[in-house]
Amino acid sequence: MTSRLDLRRAARMTDYWAVVYRRTWKGTAISSFVVPLLYILAMGVLLGGFIKGDPSKLEGATSYLAFVAPGMVAAQSMTTVFGEVTYPVMGMIKWHRTYYGMIATPLGVPDVVFAHLAFVVFRVATVAAVFMAVMASFGVFGSVWGVLVAYLVQLLIGLAFAAPLYALTAAMKDESAFALVFRLGMIPMFLFSGAFFPVSNLSPPLEALAKITPLWHGVDLTRMLVLGHVDGSMVLIHVVYLSVLALGGWYGATRLLERRLIT
Amino acid sequence: MTRTPQPVSPAAARVGAVSDAMIHASGLRKSFEAGGTTVEAVKGIDVEVRPGEAFGFLGPNGAGKSSTMRMIAAVSPVSAGTLRILGMDPAVDGPKIRARIGVCPQEDTLDTELNVRDNLYIYGRYFGLPRAEVRQRAEELLEFVQLTEKASAKVEDLSGGMKRRLTIARSLINKPDLLLLDEPTTGLDPQARHVVWDRLFRLKQQGVTLVLTTHYMDEAEQLCDRLVVMDKGLIVAEGSPASLITQYSTREVTELRFALGENEAIAAQVEDLAERVEVLPDRLLLYSADGEETIAKVHERGLRPVMSLVRRSTLEDVFLRLTGRTLVD
Ligand SMILES: Nc1ncnc2c1ncn2[C@@H]1O[C@H](COP(=O)(O)OP(=O)(O)O)[C@@H](O)[C@H]1O
Ligand SMILES: [Mg+2]
Repeated sequence: MTSRLDLRRAARMTDYWAVVYRRTWKGTAISSFVVPLLYILAMGVLLGGFIKGDPSKLEGATSYLAFVAPGMVAAQSMTTVFGEVTYPVMGMIKWHRTYYGMIATPLGVPDVVFAHLAFVVFRVATVAAVFMAVMASFGVFGSVWGVLVAYLVQLLIGLAFAAPLYALTAAMKDESAFALVFRLGMIPMFLFSGAFFPVSNLSPPLEALAKITPLWHGVDLTRMLVLGHVDGSMVLIHVVYLSVLALGGWYGATRLLERRLIT
Repeated sequence: MTRTPQPVSPAAARVGAVSDAMIHASGLRKSFEAGGTTVEAVKGIDVEVRPGEAFGFLGPNGAGKSSTMRMIAAVSPVSAGTLRILGMDPAVDGPKIRARIGVCPQEDTLDTELNVRDNLYIYGRYFGLPRAEVRQRAEELLEFVQLTEKASAKVEDLSGGMKRRLTIARSLINKPDLLLLDEPTTGLDPQARHVVWDRLFRLKQQGVTLVLTTHYMDEAEQLCDRLVVMDKGLIVAEGSPASLITQYSTREVTELRFALGENEAIAAQVEDLAERVEVLPDRLLLYSADGEETIAKVHERGLRPVMSLVRRSTLEDVFLRLTGRTLVD
């Protein structure tokens, strides 16, 4: 029953995901596009007005706004993924059984997983594009190239969260553990992985903990590129770390969904 | 008049030798590991379905019908034995097999958030059919299952019978050579069942090979040229509905109802009046060629049933004879 990934088959799901996007984008527009702006205003501009722009304390940023903006882009890429993977994937497995309909056709589980992850990355791409366009209007960006590469990095961050989270969801019996995933996974990372303050402000053990979270790698990579203070070896570490998560998670997602659906 | 689309491909219409069998299974088994124990759902069955045939699996809940159908649909791996669908091995050619069959699963997998037309359109795209072709085919199929007026309705708002018809329409989107229907009318009211039967009958007339499961003996009698009776993972009988009845039952059945608790005792008194007597919780069944004659003899013995009737034997009687149980409890 198990088949290999076939990109031509996976592409047949484009119309399905286009319909899903047309149906849902308005409902998520506020959380995807408006809330991040409110954060920028509240945290970056208003709260940041009280914080002295000292580059030595802000990882090279000349203002708190310039520090927090790239952190929030990366954090937003993560939260978008949590919303797009957990409940929707469980719904397609369990509540609507959509995946069962798909794999009754020539499509295989690897095709289905690929198409769904591609859609999640697409969602991250739209959210990050709007977010970064607005930030540009605040004049917080360094080089154009840095910003463009930082944008591509958002897609990597998206996949690095989406694939393992997909694998986790495929292995979960029901949705009851999602509350824990959000409270113990997403929210602590959002708050403490360096998006809003330098992790060096944490005590050493907590700093070490923060630095093993995927979001810190995403935040640090995004910020270096946006601010234009690029450390080549750190870039390599971040990219390898996020890529391993993305590829390992992708493999796990495919195997676990196969185990779930093909009985 | 409803215009009927042509779901038949040339391969389906071609009736050929045994090697052309649409489905060939021998020693087919399916077991599930669940919580440390092994459930044997299918315990070694032999099945051969020929092109153009309407073939049925009749059996009660838990008989292993769905497990068998899912293996045939190339979505569930075979545990042991041989299975060939359209001459192909599902373990090797799953996608190729699935491209040429239509599946109406026991539990609907319609996309409840899409409208009726989009459900067909999207599904057709999964088969790689061109957009224009799928659009046209979707309209034809909507007409075929009488859902044209509902084309823009959300699936959530459809009745059970309409959902079932939509699932059947969806399973025909790729002009399948072989159509698999797992309990196509379970849970539908009598009127809705007749509409579904009528559509399936038309497909059969067009030469589509139908394989269906059911626990309704009337459904099996209406639709199937040939069927197997399944119980506890095994096939217990095989043949046309009429030949099964001839082989395993008498022409007529006399049903007698006595006062509560008397049935067992009276069964002993009428044993010699029929070829066979079955005691059900609420009535006695006397199997004989001539039911009126049997009733007369019962009355001669001074027995006065509260209710008596004579009917023809059905597949239900065949099942009772073979397993000692009724099909639907
Ligand atoms: N995925 C599964 N996991 C474990 N047991 C199963 C699974 N599917 C079916 N079974 C078991 O296999 C037996 C046959 O079920 P099924 O094939 O659904 O019968 P039917 O369709 O005739 O009602 C039942 O005992 C059922 O509980
Ligand atoms: Mg079943």
